[in-house]
Amino acid sequence: MNGGQDLGGMHGFGPVVAEPNEPVFHAEWERRAFALTLAMGMPGGWNIDMSRFARENRPPGEYLAMSYYQIWFAALESMMKERGLVADDEIAAGRSMHPAKAVTRVLSPDDVLKVLHRGGPTERETNTRPAFQSGDRVRAKTINPPTHTRLPRYVRGHVGEIERVIGCHVFPDSNALGAGENPQWLYTVRFDGRELWGADGDPTLSVSVDAWQPYLERA
Amino acid sequence: MSGHHDHDHDHSELTETQLRVRALETVLTEKGYVDPAALDLLIETYETKVGPRNGARVVAKAWADPAYRARLFKDATSAIGELGYAGRQGEHIVALENTAAQHNMVVCTLCSCYPWPVLGLPPVWYKSAPYRSRAVSDPRGVLKDFDVTLPADTKIRVWDSTAEIRYLVIPMRPAGTDGWSEEKLAELVTRDSMIGTGVAKQP
Repeated sequence: MNGGQDLGGMHGFGPVVAEPNEPVFHAEWERRAFALTLAMGMPGGWNIDMSRFARENRPPGEYLAMSYYQIWFAALESMMKERGLVADDEIAAGRSMHPAKAVTRVLSPDDVLKVLHRGGPTERETNTRPAFQSGDRVRAKTINPPTHTRLPRYVRGHVGEIERVIGCHVFPDSNALGAGENPQWLYTVRFDGRELWGADGDPTLSVSVDAWQPYLERA
Repeated sequence: MSGHHDHDHDHSELTETQLRVRALETVLTEKGYVDPAALDLLIETYETKVGPRNGARVVAKAWADPAYRARLFKDATSAIGELGYAGRQGEHIVALENTAAQHNMVVCTLCSCYPWPVLGLPPVWYKSAPYRSRAVSDPRGVLKDFDVTLPADTKIRVWDSTAEIRYLVIPMRPAGTDGWSEEKLAELVTRDSMIGTGVAKQP
């Protein structure tokens, strides 16, 4: 979606301000919101692409005014509500008022380190061959899906070069919709800074994105 | 995104978020969806165990051990796994070598993708609109915000983490560190130098 999350190339946000000796969390609620989000992935049954879409799918002004953990928490609430795992009256009351839904698995303390260490690899076996090879010139397609996609606006319509064939990976545009993993070949595509930004671009700059095959066409 | 540590933040709104998070945790615990002890362990892990010291160890080893360095640039996920760092948000890692000719910088313009097993959770600035908007169009300007100036002819390569590949920058080894132990070298490796918004400390 062309939402508030797709920020590459925008102007007006001012300088990057780093906080010296920044703590990992800035408030207790951030700790809990972070942990709840990770822990609910298992019983919640959603995938990372659904989570990302739940975070970005809000009015851009709202997205930009929220802190990152506020966005995470809002997405967690909305995903749980959509699946009937929790209701508004329960959050308002701060207690469970309806029967719990059956969930497949709950994250136990004994499993935490195992689950984190395993992670969620996205590479999949395939019997297809990649359509592009290193050195091929490709154009990022002009696409504007209102649903989740990982092709940022600033590269759409621009020509770059395949730098690396990464492998066959879960396709977020399908996975976010619950339409299956639909694995696709993934490539590192390098664009010249001048191709992306014209004469305003830094002549020493090149930028790459990792792009799935359906995002690309031969140039 | 606004930094939530901004002091002009609406205080009542913060309080509301705190209450809402607490309320949701209570509801989820009562329903049996989450185990609070697991939540505590998740927090403890990322607050005390998984952080940029892990990445610094990888970089120092790459500087000191040519065979390790070769393995790291061939298959970073596996070389990093040798040190015990693996998993969530680091399932597929690629190491990027900074040289006098090319400086690499990593961003996620679409969200906050970051190599957790080696760097921990990202700082607020990495997730913020100023960094995500400008890293891909004006990296030298961003570097200036970090008080870093590169030679005019150094090529800059920005890696936008749009898929599940996570990038770790291996900064240039500072001069005057010949023969240093990995432990001592690791002290020169800053978090920002492994994102590409900084360089390693000079001895």
